[in-house]
Amino acid sequence: MIEVEGVTKRYGTARGIENVSFKVEKGEILGFLGPNGAGKTTMMRILTCYFPPTSGKARVAGYDVFEDSLEVRRRIGYLPENVPLYTDMPVTAYLEFVGKIKGVGSKEIKNRVAKVMDDCGITHVSTKYIRDLSKGYRQRVGLAQALINDPEVLILDEPTIGLDPRQIIDIRQLIKNLAGRRTVILSTHILPEVSMICQRVIIINEGKVIAVDTPDNLMRQLQSSAQIVLLVRGPQEEVAQKLGMVKGVKGVTKKASGGYNGDTYIVEAMKNVDIRKDLAMIIVNNHWDLLEMRPVSMSLEDIFIKLVTDEETATH
Amino acid sequence: MRNFYLIFKKELRSYFLSPVAYVVICIFLVLAGYFFYTVFATFSMLSFEATQDPLMAKQYNLLNITESVVRPLFGNISIIMLLMMPMLTMRLLAEEKKSGTIELLSTYPVKDLEIITGKFFAAVAVFAVMLALTIPCFILLSILGSPELGVIVSGFVGLLLMGAAFIALGLWTSSLTENQIIAAAFSFGALLIFWMMGFSVNFAGPTLGSILSYVSFLPHLYNFAKGVVDTEDLVYYFNFSVFCLFLTMRTLESKRWRG
Repeated sequence: MIEVEGVTKRYGTARGIENVSFKVEKGEILGFLGPNGAGKTTMMRILTCYFPPTSGKARVAGYDVFEDSLEVRRRIGYLPENVPLYTDMPVTAYLEFVGKIKGVGSKEIKNRVAKVMDDCGITHVSTKYIRDLSKGYRQRVGLAQALINDPEVLILDEPTIGLDPRQIIDIRQLIKNLAGRRTVILSTHILPEVSMICQRVIIINEGKVIAVDTPDNLMRQLQSSAQIVLLVRGPQEEVAQKLGMVKGVKGVTKKASGGYNGDTYIVEAMKNVDIRKDLAMIIVNNHWDLLEMRPVSMSLEDIFIKLVTDEETATH
Repeated sequence: MRNFYLIFKKELRSYFLSPVAYVVICIFLVLAGYFFYTVFATFSMLSFEATQDPLMAKQYNLLNITESVVRPLFGNISIIMLLMMPMLTMRLLAEEKKSGTIELLSTYPVKDLEIITGKFFAAVAVFAVMLALTIPCFILLSILGSPELGVIVSGFVGLLLMGAAFIALGLWTSSLTENQIIAAAFSFGALLIFWMMGFSVNFAGPTLGSILSYVSFLPHLYNFAKGVVDTEDLVYYFNFSVFCLFLTMRTLESKRWRG
């Protein structure tokens, strides 16, 4: 559905994005992840034909964003980051204007507007002027205008930024519901969002793609070791020593001592080795009290930070 | 064509939904009304004096209502336009750039040409309404005297064409910046230069002088106000507008390339 090959965009001499390539299949939800200024918005603006790439090819729905820009623009829905709407128009009039300009026939327009307003939960504010709406409702109107022409591809730039937690959940649910028939690309720097909504993630930093995979795969690949947190009541040094002797353990660090409430140890184990049974055995055999045992999985945050810092140390 | 009409309608709507159109039209009409009053009052005073004093009548023997009221009035209206048109055009593209709506607009399946002409003709329509509202002055004039209808009609055609040229220039300056004040200042300055170029015709030498008089706004309007509809003047205003619209297109396009 979307093919990007070696796309570079420079602003004068300043770097936008460099040699970015990826593919998105039909019906997929793809997350663009990256710190501020990484080039997420630049990539989206190229895909939405706001400006052409300096070099490279990008195709959306089979059309080149530069050569068949109008065809591409007919097939996309775009929600820019700061949700620029015509604030001097009422919601219905605005959506009708956008719908017509995006090529919805004048017979279907009324139904279409009613449908997207219903989907985005803005029917009850339809007669209000956009300037009188709160940030959350503007965001929904923005989403409604992106959906008005029933686009094949939906491109959302930080769709949940600036919303309250309740609204964030609503919008995420809405985006999830939209998937299936549509291809969705969304950018964000909120990591849990990606693991919640997206099937695939592109991590981008300083204009370059540094990882492309599913959120699960990324986590699995990058976990070079598994960590287990133990809360044990027993003689501290002996516990640490004995735990360190278990097969497959790379290291033990004592984190906090809680006196009678037990001491916390972090046991680092080799990848793909389950040492939990052995750990428990040791503790029980020594008549210590095992109060807690849980694996620490690397969160997407950790992966992200790891990738970004690895990248930086590699280049510097 | 459909997109042009949609943009046109939307722009017209936002002119009349915001106070901009009302304020500009209102101030324009107050000034036009005042100029009408002074020009007409001066004329009636002079006519009255001429009836009293035969010597004076000889001096003013060219005194007629078309020459002394209609023509100066068109000149005065064009001066008000000089001041008011930048107010009408400054927001057209600068506001879209400032609020970022241009980003959405240019990712919709519309051509730049449709956006520009839609906005241009919306402003022209507002201006036409503004101009049409001065018609009562001329109706009053025809009740009280007998001005030549042909001159009035050609004068209006001239003003409308000149207004369109002003709007095209204003649209271009509006595309250059996201600051409306800068757009207005630039457009006012440029209009004034084109206006005053005519003043230096007399001492600029024959070649430069004729170029200046062709490029300046005023000489072309004088013909219309005299009742002369010359293709040269029609072509001048038409070319001026088209050239400015072309510059606007290029400006939008270059912004696109630079990102």
